[in-house]
Amino acid sequence: MATETLNKTQVFLPLGIFAALVVLLGVGLTLNPREVPSPLIDKPAPHFELPQLHAPDKVFSEKDMLGKVWLLNVWASWCVACREEHPVLLDLARSGVVPIYGLNYKDERKDGIAWLQRLGDPYQLSAYDIKGMVGIDYGVYGVPETYVIDRRGVIRFKKIGVLTPAIVKQKILPLVNELNRG
Amino acid sequence: MNSTVVKTLALVFLMLCNPAFGKEAAPAAEDPVLEQRVTALSAELRCLVCQNQTIADSNAPLAIDLKNQVREKIKQGQSDSEIIDYMVARYGDFVLYRPPFKATTLVLWLGPLLLLATGLFTLFRKLARRRTVAETELSGAERERAATLLAADSETGKR
Repeated sequence: MATETLNKTQVFLPLGIFAALVVLLGVGLTLNPREVPSPLIDKPAPHFELPQLHAPDKVFSEKDMLGKVWLLNVWASWCVACREEHPVLLDLARSGVVPIYGLNYKDERKDGIAWLQRLGDPYQLSAYDIKGMVGIDYGVYGVPETYVIDRRGVIRFKKIGVLTPAIVKQKILPLVNELNRG
Repeated sequence: MNSTVVKTLALVFLMLCNPAFGKEAAPAAEDPVLEQRVTALSAELRCLVCQNQTIADSNAPLAIDLKNQVREKIKQGQSDSEIIDYMVARYGDFVLYRPPFKATTLVLWLGPLLLLATGLFTLFRKLARRRTVAETELSGAERERAATLLAADSETGKR
């Protein structure tokens, strides 16, 4: 009985549903589950006061940067992906478009300093967060992470994971230029 | 290998698996009530490094840090919802192991129910239709024809 009354919708509806599911799941596969939208976007950068990596007696705070557009880059000498990202940061620092500040995350001070000595230091300075508490306030869970912070101290963009030249060119530089103009 | 050897080996293996060889339990917490709350809250929070675990299950450094944060906050007298809010403010809704029920997660929560309802609806409609087809009343002429057919059949059936 069923085979006799099979009409077009009965054939194509399941097929259509199946195709839609395949497309949906296919798109799902291309998404990176590690890139969790940060609730900190468009919120003031959380306050911190940390000793500097190279000068333990000096303090660095996000307040010092009010009035400037800047990048906060979370890094560590034990972080393999940071090494991959490092040349991109060096290039960006050399271009002088935007000052980059480091947050040395759960690292040994001497390891961090040695790492910068060996690979080059793109940072104006690095804050030293041995306990990772500032990291928690910034919602850091995968080093490296990079924040673009505007003149009023508001986080405008966050990149979880390695900065690639493409992201710098397509996202960071246009945003920095826009923030500097506005 | 004969079976006695296999059995002996199995026995030796099982003896080696004795829980007595397991690790010593971590020293009992100073405050079991506090630890219980820490564990309960940690089981509600997702470990963002190892995304399918809660921070209670995970030994990732960040999970340990967050567990310590939870413990600190409880010691400071914060309520469970205050601590959850603290985590959500930093890591977003994703940190909640059970997604919250709100506009953006409506499809997530209701989608499966909707699919089930659609499936059941289609199934029952099909079954109902089949039943009505089967139960169609015969007309008088059809009834007569059926009766003669049955009579003929029972006669031939006797042989």
